[in-house]
Amino acid sequence: MSLFLIAALPFLGACFPALLIRAGRNASAMSAGAVSLLALIGLLIHAPSVLRGEVIAARLDWLPELGLNANFFLDGLGLLFAGLILGIGILIILYARFYLSREDPMGQFYCYLLLFQGAMVGIVLSDNILLLLVFWELTSLSSFLLIGYWRHLPEGRQGARMALIVTGAGGLAMIGGMLILGNIAGSYDLTVILQQRDLIQTSPLYLPALILILIGAFTKSAQFPFHFWLPHAMAAPTPVSAYLHSATMVKAGLFLMARLWPVMAGTDAWFYIVATTGLVTMVLGAVIALFKDDLKALLAFSTVSHLGLITMLLGFGTGMAAVAAVFHIINHATFKAALFMTAGIVDHEAHTRDIKRLGGLRRLMPVTFTIAAVASLSMAGLIPLNGYLSKEMMLEEAAHTAWLQSTWLVPALATFGALLSAAYSFRYVAHVFLGPERDDYPSHPHDPGAGMWLAPAFLVSLVVLIGLFPETVAGGIVAAAAGAVTGGDLPEYHLKLWHGLTPAFYMSAVALSGGLMLLWGHAHLNRAWTNSPRPEAKTIFDAIVGTATRISRILTDRLHDGALTRYAAIFVAFTLGLAGYAWLSGTLGPQTRAPLEIAALPLIGWIGVIVSTVLMVAFHRRRLLALILMGVVGLVVSVSFNYLSAPDLALTQISVEVVTIVLMLLALNFMPKETPRESSPVRKTRDAVLSIGAGLGVGGLIYALMRRDFDLPTISEYHLNNSYSGGGGTNVVNVILVDFRGFDTFGEITVLGIAAIVIFAVTQAVLSGPVRGRLLNRKPDAPQSGDAHPLMMVVVTRMMMPVALMVAAFIFFRGHNLPGGGFIAGLIAAIAVVMQYMASGFGWAAERQHVPYHGIIGSGVLVAAVTGMGAWLAGEPFLTSAFGYVHLPGLEKFELATAALFDLGVFLAVVGAVMLALESFSRFAWQPGIAPEHAMDINPARDLDPKNPEEV
Amino acid sequence: MIDYATYFASACFGAAFLMNMWKIATADAMSDRVLALDTMVINVIALLVLHGLMLSTEIYFEAALIIAMLGFVSTVAYARFMLRGNIIE
Repeated sequence: MSLFLIAALPFLGACFPALLIRAGRNASAMSAGAVSLLALIGLLIHAPSVLRGEVIAARLDWLPELGLNANFFLDGLGLLFAGLILGIGILIILYARFYLSREDPMGQFYCYLLLFQGAMVGIVLSDNILLLLVFWELTSLSSFLLIGYWRHLPEGRQGARMALIVTGAGGLAMIGGMLILGNIAGSYDLTVILQQRDLIQTSPLYLPALILILIGAFTKSAQFPFHFWLPHAMAAPTPVSAYLHSATMVKAGLFLMARLWPVMAGTDAWFYIVATTGLVTMVLGAVIALFKDDLKALLAFSTVSHLGLITMLLGFGTGMAAVAAVFHIINHATFKAALFMTAGIVDHEAHTRDIKRLGGLRRLMPVTFTIAAVASLSMAGLIPLNGYLSKEMMLEEAAHTAWLQSTWLVPALATFGALLSAAYSFRYVAHVFLGPERDDYPSHPHDPGAGMWLAPAFLVSLVVLIGLFPETVAGGIVAAAAGAVTGGDLPEYHLKLWHGLTPAFYMSAVALSGGLMLLWGHAHLNRAWTNSPRPEAKTIFDAIVGTATRISRILTDRLHDGALTRYAAIFVAFTLGLAGYAWLSGTLGPQTRAPLEIAALPLIGWIGVIVSTVLMVAFHRRRLLALILMGVVGLVVSVSFNYLSAPDLALTQISVEVVTIVLMLLALNFMPKETPRESSPVRKTRDAVLSIGAGLGVGGLIYALMRRDFDLPTISEYHLNNSYSGGGGTNVVNVILVDFRGFDTFGEITVLGIAAIVIFAVTQAVLSGPVRGRLLNRKPDAPQSGDAHPLMMVVVTRMMMPVALMVAAFIFFRGHNLPGGGFIAGLIAAIAVVMQYMASGFGWAAERQHVPYHGIIGSGVLVAAVTGMGAWLAGEPFLTSAFGYVHLPGLEKFELATAALFDLGVFLAVVGAVMLALESFSRFAWQPGIAPEHAMDINPARDLDPKNPEEV
Repeated sequence: MIDYATYFASACFGAAFLMNMWKIATADAMSDRVLALDTMVINVIALLVLHGLMLSTEIYFEAALIIAMLGFVSTVAYARFMLRGNIIE
């Protein structure tokens, strides 16, 4: 099976459980399981060749310009992790089917689970670090959904948020580190990067890259000081905890360290950062775990501790330690997933996870007891289980590792960690299952059905089998994965139970007997622990997040308090400052162009604009008058465009002007007709200084530009030369819009459509709220006079309609070669329709409007998109246009261009957007009884009874 | 001869434009101002056509037609607003 398919299967399959939940919980679970199983089979088909040492690769160039390629590869390490993710995934799916109750939306659960699974598989199979980052972020997001699955629980929501913040922040740091790494290596492909050890380690940017990447890995793998999110994530349902925190999410950080081990490890910086962090995490996690009474919290901190152990091994940087790390990853995944599941079973049956309320479950739940005992003892490192093997290897490595000059520190702390680990493992068995039976369990516990214990039982059988026959069961995969980690030859090693009386054996013996003693003295120690002050991670975290929120809120409020004047002032002042700096620090070339004569026509227009602008300042409080003055400015600007040979702009300007006036008048109906006086004299002075400065600055800049030739050749030359040959049109403006910059236009019509739909949605929201009542009972501000629908106006607009639409069609069709095009045509058509709304009334027009405006917008965007995609059929990139000339008898030769079809999309989107916005605005004014019976107040045909058509 | 005629006409319409501007600035009633704006649109159309005549090009002519077709819509909208408050009933 192709690696693409393996990585894509969980994503593709994620929709099945969500849909099949309608067919029942079994169908939903089976579909999720089938998807995972299919992916696992696909993976296992590759297993023999990978175990032989081959690397399977699948490559696809995605964005090669950015170095982002959808490249996947499968080596031993990838196989190990992908196998764990998919294999344990299937077990979790089985377990969750019986764990979740009827009230829990199971379809959603499996959907999230498969999304998460896909993201994890993506991480471990990626051969491109940018692609890996994408999957990395996806795991953060999907795990957020999983941890917060019980969204009615505040702990669930808070835990999910904390996990997202911590791992998300780490991911951010990692993006930086990965970019630096790719930059040093000259490629973002892992297979290339992994060959560049010397180049990377000698680079001056090695340390920053290392630290940033490690922050990402440490946050994900809950290493000190980022360990605190993991216990809070335990608010998730137990299957999620078992999956995320035994085999997958938290191992992603370890995977990354292992993956980059060949190029990053082996330096002092690596050793002291990674090994020390791992060591501290291991001991700290184990200490806390010992004193946790919540079963899942105990397991959570034990996970933190074991992750620390693996991190420490990877940090040692020796081949043997890498083997031990890989082996412990397998062992930890098996016993920890089983332990989480047993904790879930106890919680499910006894209705409590509090160790203080448990005990004596040995006889009541014999199956669960057996599973939990074997898994715990493996975690404690008891011979002959698999936990013992990897712990021995760890202790052996720790025994000859020196930290700074001290040879005893690492071995001593490692032994101490193992001792604590043994203690809390024993406690899990002793305080939950052993001891006297009680009669005050919240619910009478008994073994669950086979559905719930099959999955942990299977894992526990692996625990035993790997323990007894390590080389046979796990030897191959450990060798393949460890070989991939070290990227070369492995040292001589044997996976076996008995290595003789080595130092590790004595350390192990000390740890186990010490663990038993701690268990014996636990009650005393627990009292001391509870009475000792210690920092609470959640409080600190909340304080940090709270402070960050406060600071950003202050900053935002300062800059952007919702008043337009505030941020306009900030923007203008900033721009003025920049421009002033540019003016003072830059140089200005000599004036090379002579000024033109001032002709009479422009002078008149100039007077018109200047006078209306001055009047605007004087009269701006009278809003209707301000709109009229705006009309003057719009008119003059529009004819100026015409005068200066920009007819397209002129046509656009005049139509936009009309639509704007209509829109403003619609809005003004609901607003005070006078602007209230609010600004203080100080603020007025500030604004005056800023606006005069900005106006003079812009004027001066334009004057300076117009008096000089450009230093560099302009791009207009290119467009003028290529418009006809490349785009098949002589109207350069239109060819730019629909062809050269077609992608921009496509984006713009989409945005236009979104804006119109947002206006519609806001209108809808307002009209369905309490405002509706006030609007319905609203009295007009001024006395209304005259007819609502004067005869003259109705007749004239109806006669105008076909003419205006014809003009729109004309403008549209000739747009490619002469001034016009879809945008202008769309505005003209919209105005033609708006005239009907104004003259004949909303009700009359809406009754005759059969196609909803949303549909028109949508079809416009679709037409444009399909036109663009049509280019793919010809093997060209999106929106490549084609054109040809057609000769029909009786007509002149004319041109057919795909760009015209694209322009049709623009036309439709513009018509729909303008109309939807105007219609939404006018719906505010609707009142019962507003629509008269007849569109015209005097309808010549009104007395004829339409039921008797022969009379007409 | 046609040159002088177009110059003369342009001068007249230019003066009319300025008078419209004056009316917009000083009129007592809002309806006078709207009327002045509407007249100003007519005058601008005339100026545009005259300019096209002077340069012997037809490209302004179409623009003038379209301004003529759309220009009255805003006038109607202003008028409806003053009379009824609500321009789409």
